Amino acid sequence: MTRRARTFYLIPYAFWILLFVIAPIVLIAYYSFFDIDGNFTFSNYVNFFTPVYLKMTVSSFWYAFLIMLFTLLISYPTALVLTKLKHKQLWLLLIILPTWINLLLKAYAFMGIFGTYGTANKFLEFIGIGTKQILFTDFSFLFVSTYIFIPFMILPIYNALEEMNPSLTNAAQDLGASRWTTFWRVVFPITLDGVKAGCQAVFIPALSLFMITRLIAGNRVITLGTAIEEHFLVTQDWGMGSTIGVFLIIAMFIIMFISGAKRKKGAVK
Amino acid sequence: MKKNKWGKIYLAVVFFVLYAPIFYLMFYSFNEAGNMSHFSGFTLDYYKEVFQDTRLLIIVLNTFVIALLSSVVATIFGVLGALAIRYMPRPFTKNSLLSLNNVLIVSPDVVIGASFLIFFTILGVKLGFISVLVSHIAFSIPIVVLMVLPKLQEMSPTLIDAARDLGASQWDVLSKVILPYIAPGVFAGFFMALTYSLDDFAVTFFVTGNGFTTLSVEIYSRARQGISLSINALSTLLFLFTIILVIGYYFINQRNAKTAQALEVPKK
Repeated sequence: MTRRARTFYLIPYAFWILLFVIAPIVLIAYYSFFDIDGNFTFSNYVNFFTPVYLKMTVSSFWYAFLIMLFTLLISYPTALVLTKLKHKQLWLLLIILPTWINLLLKAYAFMGIFGTYGTANKFLEFIGIGTKQILFTDFSFLFVSTYIFIPFMILPIYNALEEMNPSLTNAAQDLGASRWTTFWRVVFPITLDGVKAGCQAVFIPALSLFMITRLIAGNRVITLGTAIEEHFLVTQDWGMGSTIGVFLIIAMFIIMFISGAKRKKGAVK
Repeated sequence: MKKNKWGKIYLAVVFFVLYAPIFYLMFYSFNEAGNMSHFSGFTLDYYKEVFQDTRLLIIVLNTFVIALLSSVVATIFGVLGALAIRYMPRPFTKNSLLSLNNVLIVSPDVVIGASFLIFFTILGVKLGFISVLVSHIAFSIPIVVLMVLPKLQEMSPTLIDAARDLGASQWDVLSKVILPYIAPGVFAGFFMALTYSLDDFAVTFFVTGNGFTTLSVEIYSRARQGISLSINALSTLLFLFTIILVIGYYFINQRNAKTAQALEVPKK
């Protein structure tokens, strides 16, 4: 590869990185120092540490954590069963298929299912519990978000399970380990990287789900994403929106650092 | 084999939950009563409504134009980027490029949307077709790079050396050696970019102005007003289209696997 060819390949790509990766981040950081009237100020950062925003940040992280946990609890067994099937590639494709359907359509479907006269309430009535308010609650928000992220968690775990050498489980069983011990001491630690990748793929987007909070949670749940959308598109307070954005970016780097650093350590072993 | 049975039951439940909302939408798209709670009779009215709604059809067209244009451009940029990363001699620059490449993939959509909104406003770009198209190109490029890079990495550098020794020009090396080899990765990248663009809501929502809408933004604003069965009809049509796309993607993957096999045979 000659140097000239390399430069030719690099220029458009470097141009893109500069304009659409570096510039937007710099702009977000820059705008976080301006108030709604365009004056230079640190007040946005001071505001962020008031109870209103801190409470929102904590609840946003808490919801993202719950979504991640539920997704993991449902996805790990699913991936485990999937790897043992005959036509597993086809089944995996069927698991991924719903992710190709527009997210908003799925949220919209749940508006029908969880609505006052929806199927979920009909079922509750049928088993004798009676109609309940399901839509616009924490439950519906967690349910729909978990639903949306399941395939993104299954995929990396499935890949990790597939890469695992099957003779390891055979060896464990030959040495007298029970099924549970084999899973907990052999299979799970080996596939931990897949779990981490899945958690990363769920946790960060879960912090910024604003359409689900609007459609399903009826503004009862406010995540960092909802707050950014509100500041940018409703109140037009770009400064405060950018400040929240800065914290979201910092959170993202911390999460990536935690999962990334551990992965390297695992590779050395 | 008792455990296997429980596993299959569990899987069936997961599949049921995953697909229930989708089929629920499709089922009620034929509902005469006009709501999603009680099925009174079969009708195709909502499909008629979709096809007679010129505004909606223009939005569908917009969505496809944006998706196709942005994925073509993103594929070109992405392939160049992957080549630049692959043949970067200094490991530090290489790793830095790779990390920068991944920033847009892991960033939350809202942050991307908000930062692009600031960016376009500062540049004075009118929000609408251009800003949406450019944003879609921007967030699709890293995906293409990630799909093409593994193909480039498994390609033996001796292939290029051999071509050069035999007198191939730089352009010949690219068009006759590299591109055919990485073609499956390029197609996969194009495909992923296409689906990302078709599916995107959050970024588009930020950078779209009055008068220009894509399908997901339109669905969002309609859904906020409550339930309307033309959305159901539309989603049924989209689902069918998605299945066609997925089948296409599956065949590309199959071909991918086959070429990989074919290339491995001579080595042995």
